[in-house]
Amino acid sequence: MVGIVSYGGYVPRYRIETKEIARVWGKDESIGKGLGVFSKSVPGPDEDVATISVEAARNAMKKCSVNPGEIGAVYVGSESHPYAVKPTSTIVAEAIGAGPNLTAADYEFACKAGTAAIQTCMGLVSSGMIKYGLAIGSDTSQGAPGDALEYSASAGGAAFLIGKENVIAEINKTYSFTTDTPDFWRREGEKYPSHGGRFTGEPAYFKHTMNCAKGLFERTGTKPSDYKYAVFHQPNGKFPVNVGKMLGFTNEQIKTGLLTPRIGNTYSGSTPLGLAVILDVASPGDRIFAVSYGSGAGSDGFDITVTEKIMGIDRNPTVESFIADSKIIDYATYVRYRKKLWLGGE
Amino acid sequence: MSAPRFWREINQRYNLVGTECGNCGKKYFPIRSVCPECHRESIGKMKKVKFSGNGKVFSYTVIHVGSSMFQMQTPYIMAIIELDEGPRITGQIIDCETKDVKIGMPVESVFRKIGEDGKSGTIYYGYKFRLMK
Repeated sequence: MVGIVSYGGYVPRYRIETKEIARVWGKDESIGKGLGVFSKSVPGPDEDVATISVEAARNAMKKCSVNPGEIGAVYVGSESHPYAVKPTSTIVAEAIGAGPNLTAADYEFACKAGTAAIQTCMGLVSSGMIKYGLAIGSDTSQGAPGDALEYSASAGGAAFLIGKENVIAEINKTYSFTTDTPDFWRREGEKYPSHGGRFTGEPAYFKHTMNCAKGLFERTGTKPSDYKYAVFHQPNGKFPVNVGKMLGFTNEQIKTGLLTPRIGNTYSGSTPLGLAVILDVASPGDRIFAVSYGSGAGSDGFDITVTEKIMGIDRNPTVESFIADSKIIDYATYVRYRKKLWLGGE
Repeated sequence: MSAPRFWREINQRYNLVGTECGNCGKKYFPIRSVCPECHRESIGKMKKVKFSGNGKVFSYTVIHVGSSMFQMQTPYIMAIIELDEGPRITGQIIDCETKDVKIGMPVESVFRKIGEDGKSGTIYYGYKFRLMK
């Protein structure tokens, strides 16, 4: 059966605390508690989606003995690709020694472009068109200074090598729920995204995540108690916990994959990183329920079962190791690293 | 830098691909077509080799006043790294404080943005180093 042959995550080292952002904009420090986000990852001045994707992909390739030359497809999902025209995926392919006999493309679907890439690779592998496909979700998301998004928009990514042989986790089923819902967008040439405020909640995140989850339950004949872990898209620390409870999952099932309180919303990296941190600790037979969400809007759901093969791989470096290796920076340094300053003569 | 000039060296910059002399076994980075020690005896015997990216700090300096492309990164560390396979290469050490670096410390290569041709030009990626965890 098609599944995950290997995986790797990467989170940049720098963190800014939400209370520091609140201090600068004259807001109450408790805003972080309200969002369920206490610090967020910040990319270094020489990091972008290409470098984060390469680091995640290399961490995935370290865990397995697959010859990169056997990878038939590379897809990178992100809403912050470094180029508007020029693929990130070719950079990743070259940097892991894959190609040139492969197909590659960049995906964009707000925060679910990475899971859409996993589905594409599943289809190509299942049909026999390729032996292995590499799917990556990665972002260096930006929120306008002072905007609500600035408290959560962060950076990180995860890569999944999809194949049929030696899978460490079988993907039993995938299902998607998609509508045209303009809850969050960024027009061509605009630096920062816009959003519909409260409109991003009920008719957007909750509607799509709930319907996707319910659709997946129906198609698999499963219920929440059948799963050891559940991971949902994490735009903040509250939405995934609430949607999990609404579906009948317990905190115990949700807490492992919930990274937003410590690293913020990594957008296209959000659900993939949550899945990766679960795979870092999962045991054979564990069942994982994963539902992403991308504004615009849609959700991709996955029913996954961990296999015995996971015991045969070295799971280092773990996602947790990147989260633990952190350096807190102040708002001024954050502004400098994120290039929110205009320097004369540039 | 023009796009083709960078493109020609992508394999070296992304994957630390150098050469090994088929005559004496010495390894070089960047790529050489002739071994400077074996001269004509190495002709036709130079083969490409991918380095592990692991090495140690041979020497380093801290840049406090960088060029315009690097002024967002100051102070930053430039080092000569002696790779485990032998060659010494120049590279930036990132993700640490300048006071944390000492000669002899083990490092590993990482993939980072090296530079860009202004706001509308191409972006250059390649190797930098971080202290081994």
